[in-house]
Amino acid sequence: MTTVEHAAGATRASERIGLDRRSVTGLVFGLLGIALIAGVAPAINGTSRRFNFEPPPDPAGIGFHPPTWVIAIGVLFLLTAVLGFAPPDARRWAGPARLLSAVALIPLVLVLSLALSDNPSTNIINLFHVSLVLATPYALGSMTGLWCERSGIINIGIEGTMLAGAGIGYMTYATIGDAQSTGWLWFSILISVLAGGLVASLLAVLSIRFGVNQIVAGVVINLFALGLTGFLRSEVIVKTGITTGVGTSEFGLPLLSEIPVIGDQLFRGKPIYWMMYLVVIGTWVVMYRTPWGLRVRSCGENPHAAETLGVNVVRIRYQSVILGGLIAGLAGAWFSMESQTRFEDNMTNAAGFIALAALIFGKWTPWGAFGGALLFGFSRALGSRLQALNVEVSGFEIPSEFLQALPFIVTLVVVAGAVGRSIPPAAAGQPFHRSR
Amino acid sequence: MAQASGGTVLEVEGITKAFPGVVANDDVSLTLNQGEIHCLLGENGAGKSTLVNMVFGLYRPDQGTIKVRGEEVHFEDSGDAIARGIGMVHQHFQLIPVFTVAENIILGNEVTKGAFLDLDTARRQIDALAERYGLAVDPDATVGELSVGEQQRVELVKALFRDADILILDEPTAVLTPGEVDDFFEVVESLTGQGKSIIFITHKLREVLAVADRITVLRSGRVVGTTTAEGATQQSLANLMVGRDVVFRVEKAEADPGAPVIRVQGLRSQDDRGVEMVTGFDVEVRAGEIFGIAGVEGNGQRELVETICGMRPATGGRVEMLGQETTHWTPRKIHELGVAHVPENRSKHGVVAQYSIADNLVLNRYHHRRFSNLGVRNTAAINVEAEELVEQFDVRTPGVDATIDTLSGGNQQKVIVARELTGDLKALIVAQPTRGLDVGSIEFIHRKIIELRDQGVAVLLVSAELDEILSLSDRIGVLYRGRLAGTVDSAHATREELGLLMATGSSGGQS
Repeated sequence: MTTVEHAAGATRASERIGLDRRSVTGLVFGLLGIALIAGVAPAINGTSRRFNFEPPPDPAGIGFHPPTWVIAIGVLFLLTAVLGFAPPDARRWAGPARLLSAVALIPLVLVLSLALSDNPSTNIINLFHVSLVLATPYALGSMTGLWCERSGIINIGIEGTMLAGAGIGYMTYATIGDAQSTGWLWFSILISVLAGGLVASLLAVLSIRFGVNQIVAGVVINLFALGLTGFLRSEVIVKTGITTGVGTSEFGLPLLSEIPVIGDQLFRGKPIYWMMYLVVIGTWVVMYRTPWGLRVRSCGENPHAAETLGVNVVRIRYQSVILGGLIAGLAGAWFSMESQTRFEDNMTNAAGFIALAALIFGKWTPWGAFGGALLFGFSRALGSRLQALNVEVSGFEIPSEFLQALPFIVTLVVVAGAVGRSIPPAAAGQPFHRSR
Repeated sequence: MAQASGGTVLEVEGITKAFPGVVANDDVSLTLNQGEIHCLLGENGAGKSTLVNMVFGLYRPDQGTIKVRGEEVHFEDSGDAIARGIGMVHQHFQLIPVFTVAENIILGNEVTKGAFLDLDTARRQIDALAERYGLAVDPDATVGELSVGEQQRVELVKALFRDADILILDEPTAVLTPGEVDDFFEVVESLTGQGKSIIFITHKLREVLAVADRITVLRSGRVVGTTTAEGATQQSLANLMVGRDVVFRVEKAEADPGAPVIRVQGLRSQDDRGVEMVTGFDVEVRAGEIFGIAGVEGNGQRELVETICGMRPATGGRVEMLGQETTHWTPRKIHELGVAHVPENRSKHGVVAQYSIADNLVLNRYHHRRFSNLGVRNTAAINVEAEELVEQFDVRTPGVDATIDTLSGGNQQKVIVARELTGDLKALIVAQPTRGLDVGSIEFIHRKIIELRDQGVAVLLVSAELDEILSLSDRIGVLYRGRLAGTVDSAHATREELGLLMATGSSGGQS
């Protein structure tokens, strides 16, 4: 009996120090902290660097001493690690510390790359603005996913819907507007939006009317859009002979863009970028503040309960999926008529899947998903910035592919370590059949 | 809402509804008067839920008419029924766990200010309703965090919020504790006192006699009688429901115990979270006796049964069956010894929902020579066996090929019992064998258990129903915090003594 009790005690003890997320992230941050303080800080260039707030010449900014920052962040990591293993009553600080440490990875990457580069300064306000702009398709795509999944339909066809919007919109612009006239540009953006809605209605019919597995239906959409736009490009767009044209133009927000130093950098942008904010705010307002939004959410959680209250689940799901498609179509237009003014095969380049990741990261809420989109937009902006900085480690230039991937790896750590479990709408993915 | 005072508010005339293979309702008629409680009584599968689902617009009748306040109605969906002042509280609550109480209540009938939801006004309306009918609910609480009783109040408020004056309550007491049932009856009385009319579905006879004004009994989709509560007794209602004389008290001869078959010593085991739930349990069950284990749920019943049957590892102690130590044996090896197990969790451990009834009936024997040749199933032999068992155990089914999830709970349990009680048994371990079943099925299963005892099988019965323990067992043990708090001879056991043991773990005066 005593051996048995001993064994049981040992099990519990191993569970106490077991490999749960808290202790793993604690351990990782601990090792990172030690490496930063003891290894990295003494090794890197001690000369001062600058974060600029505006473009040259003579930009405003702040100078800093890279080793000091590295040590400061290292100490933060160590603190987080210690808190992870602290007695229970001190553990309530562990969560916030973990989040802070995860966020600190971003300045760490910036500081380190600046220190390792032969460039003494970089404009961080501009970096932030580029992040926001690059987040546009991710944010729009995640709103598409939000509308679909909150109504109970899993949409992994966001990518294809965007691509179809981009391709069909640009085709319209190139054929009837020669990619030159502003009037036709807006007409073509509208066509993009409608094309997105049309592709989404295909998903809706497949998954709602015919009860096709929603993952399969989404894959079908992606393949279909890839093939269709490839065909349209080679058979229609290429034959017009038009390779580029006039896209949407930038404008500044009144008053805000007048703010000294940052105003002109942060509050200037192109129309679809500004519409992205309207879509996010609109999604939030409609989903949480209107009767229709309440019904959409009920269909994604318990469609049978909604049905007993007279909610037409099938209709709500059609509406939500098609609304999502319209939003994805707008994201498509961003690719082919705002970010660039041309169309390439597969030009959305997995933005639809990143948007899904942002949605999950944001726990299926509008602002959370927007935050996720921002993080991924920042990752991309940082990737390009790192390339421009020519980062070298002891004379060896780090390959640009690695630098582009690095921010995404950091993002992965943030998601795994700090965000935690994300619970999808309860009925997402389940076909609904009316009682009869 | 305008209403005929004291008159008939709902008339159902000659309703027939068939599903593939079953006629669920066959020429059913029913009237509901204002301010009355009309009980709809019947066994599982008698067609009660089908009937009210048609009244609530979820199903459409094949034949017959429904009249609300004298006007014939054809509901397309439940929205139409709600518009006519009909509200329903489903047996399985139709709530959205992540929504607040207020959101659940207004869904589909949203209170708005312009284009937007007006939750402040909704809250005030809910509070007013709650006060008027004595249904305390907190509009801002998240429904998933409420107790079952509270969720039921939310369902009632939901119906009242839609100005329902005909309320359909589908087995409302099945999920409540005895204390909650009493509160619930008070609420129901206060509702009828304020002019609401109620259709109350149940199969618990005691409740029917306590609350009903009139009673309609359904059997196999037909109305077999309508009566008033004054003119009825539990016996008369049970006989109507089942269609023959029902014996409440199980008839059994004196036990004739033989050699010990199940012997458990100092058994320990943990639940899924690693908390020790069985904390040194000892018992000895002899051939030809029924040992009943009573106890408040959550005192280790599940872990105890699973550990004895080999489904959960023992962390200490030993289990012996027929003289062999089986502590760390697999469930199949224990079963092959002649030990049957009727599990507490029917859907999780008792049946494979997507399998046919025939396959479920041979789940424990499919690998025997009789049913498989060199690893190939002998479908013909399985079907012959299944037909025989379905007949013998009175499983109501359109055919043995139907998947088991098309059966009612009572019939599923009969399938499990049929499977487990077939073969050369030495010991039987049954957990909550009649939970949620109707009178007829309970009687049937009880008789089977007694039959086995008389054939010399050692039976270990675990049940939360004290009546079941008292009427079946020869000896009774009380499980308290994972160990046996006391054993009494059932001939001398009283409810009070057992109740005290269950509540405090001792029969002394410590309370």
